[in-house]
Amino acid sequence: MSIWSQPSMDGQELTINIKGRFDFSVHQEFRSCYENVDDDPREYVIDMKDTTYLDSSALGMLLLLRDHAGGDKSHIKIKNCSNDVKKILTISNFEQLFAIQ
Amino acid sequence: MIDESGPVKVLIADDNDADRMILNAIVQKQGHLVVMARDGAEAVDKFESERPHIVLLDVLMPKMDGYEAARRIKEIAGEELVPIIFLTSIKDVHALAECLDAGGDDFMSKPYNRVILEAKLKAFNRMRGMHATLQHQRDQIAIHNEHLVHEQEVAKAVFDNVAHLGCLNAKNIKYLLSPLAVFNGDVLLATRKPSGGMYVLLGDFTGHGLPAAIGAMPMAEIFYGMAIKGFSMRDILREINQKLKNILPVSVFCCACMVDMDFRKNMIKVWLGGLPDCFLYRAESKEFISIGSRNLPLGVLDNDFFKDDMQIFEMTANDRLYIWSDGIHEACNVNQEMYGEERLVEVFRQAEKADDLFDSIKNSVTEFIGNTERSDDITMVEVKMVEEEYLKDTALIFPSSKSDGPTDWAVSYELRDDTLKTCNPLPLLLHIIMEVPGLHPFSGEVYTILAELYSNALEHGVINLKSEMKSTPLGFAKYYSERSRLLRELKNGFVRFHLSHKPSVDGGNLIIRVEDSGPGFGYDKFDNPEKSLNAYCGRGIALIQELCKSLQFVGAGNIVEVDFEWKQ
Repeated sequence: MSIWSQPSMDGQELTINIKGRFDFSVHQEFRSCYENVDDDPREYVIDMKDTTYLDSSALGMLLLLRDHAGGDKSHIKIKNCSNDVKKILTISNFEQLFAIQ
Repeated sequence: MIDESGPVKVLIADDNDADRMILNAIVQKQGHLVVMARDGAEAVDKFESERPHIVLLDVLMPKMDGYEAARRIKEIAGEELVPIIFLTSIKDVHALAECLDAGGDDFMSKPYNRVILEAKLKAFNRMRGMHATLQHQRDQIAIHNEHLVHEQEVAKAVFDNVAHLGCLNAKNIKYLLSPLAVFNGDVLLATRKPSGGMYVLLGDFTGHGLPAAIGAMPMAEIFYGMAIKGFSMRDILREINQKLKNILPVSVFCCACMVDMDFRKNMIKVWLGGLPDCFLYRAESKEFISIGSRNLPLGVLDNDFFKDDMQIFEMTANDRLYIWSDGIHEACNVNQEMYGEERLVEVFRQAEKADDLFDSIKNSVTEFIGNTERSDDITMVEVKMVEEEYLKDTALIFPSSKSDGPTDWAVSYELRDDTLKTCNPLPLLLHIIMEVPGLHPFSGEVYTILAELYSNALEHGVINLKSEMKSTPLGFAKYYSERSRLLRELKNGFVRFHLSHKPSVDGGNLIIRVEDSGPGFGYDKFDNPEKSLNAYCGRGIALIQELCKSLQFVGAGNIVEVDFEWKQ
């Protein structure tokens, strides 16, 4: 499995890990890892430490998560991005929507 | 579809009466229907008339041997799978192999074993079923595909009408856009503005296929519709952004770059959201500037949060701007390496002649990807800074106007602080004026006059900026930052338009009077008003004087009145 999620002990935070290529082929996996969660997390953390590539449909999926998490009121952190991944996020100015670390 | 559980019709061809009878008994006992033939020729005839499902064929028969019969039966069967089992007493492996070469699917040696024959019939019947299912699905796919291709053709035809190429054929534009790029979500639009100048927009929607292409239609409609009415780049971008936000699913948006080229003032404004850096190439110094994305793509946020951060550059003739989708950067070679920005930068560094640059880029990418046939996905455009005159054959063509409409009228329109800060009044004024029958062909001139008068009133009147500031590159940038700051802090400012039109025998006179809240500029103090005027107001006033019958300043110089005389 290339995408999996792990809720924190109190269920307030959900960490999503993405391994390998983050593109349209994993959109079902990505969605189910935040839709099939019992608690309603207040914060999301996307860990891209093992993400090698990100395409524009992945940006679309991030927007879907943002929408799911409350749109403008959402709290989503993206961490451990490689330089390539970070560049794609910056070109699209996604730092205006997500906390990129 | 084949019903595997139903009775199977089996053709038994054997010249030996005893063998035929034995087989008949075994097969019938298993519940199958039997058709019999005594030689190869009869087997072929029977096959044609009875259409059995499975054929048991003796190898050595009179008139026509089993091999030949098998070939003919397979030919008649065509795409349908008719399993042929050869019956033989031959033990020679080459002869057995020949059975299969002739189109046989299996063979069975005498003496016949009832259990094995039953198992073979069952297995082949199952295979027949699978084969039929496969063919049925293949046919379905073919039909679906045909539908899809047809739908795409229709969609493409509609798309081409809406998102037509505009003025992409203008002499200062070079572009690459594959005919099917629309289904890659790439869109390239270009149009002249009523005042001259040009808008170019390159967009790249997320995803592929129809979902990606669908957003391009409202985008093109808004782009062309608003441009011809004289709306500013900011207005057009905001309208597109809100429209895309409203109609597209959350995950679909459009990375885009729009550029506003002003050939009279020799400047460009660039808005970039989500596309890779575009490059501005200076023809004289061979330097290039990379212009980075400062905005979110279109269709992500509501207009309340939409930023329209534009970058303004002074241009000289022959300077060029290059805009591209990420197709170039992500073009892969056989080793799955991406082309990337560094290679692009290298092409610019080594460029000898600006005129060859576009082809150099194209060739460099094509060479890099080699035979991987992905060059179709590349969308790129080069726009060159030229003289307005150079593009006169692509000037906007307006639809012919109505024959009746208001010809004798006057209207006043005052814009106050909040309006001056946020709105562009020109499309509305142009719209009112263009109701005059016969005036439409002059829309470009009228818009230019309005635009020049308005920007003079606003920039040199209301906020009192001096245009000399713009004479150095540094001052140029400062001018525009000062402009935004002063407008933000504006209090008690106004611009008043007073428009009136009087018909004449074959045309009319449009009087435009513009008054601003500024202090005026004491035009009467100069000995040579015309010369000092031009020095003061830059190219704008000279241009208006060229277009109008008369231009005069009134009061403290904060009122200007022009008479635009037109004849059909």
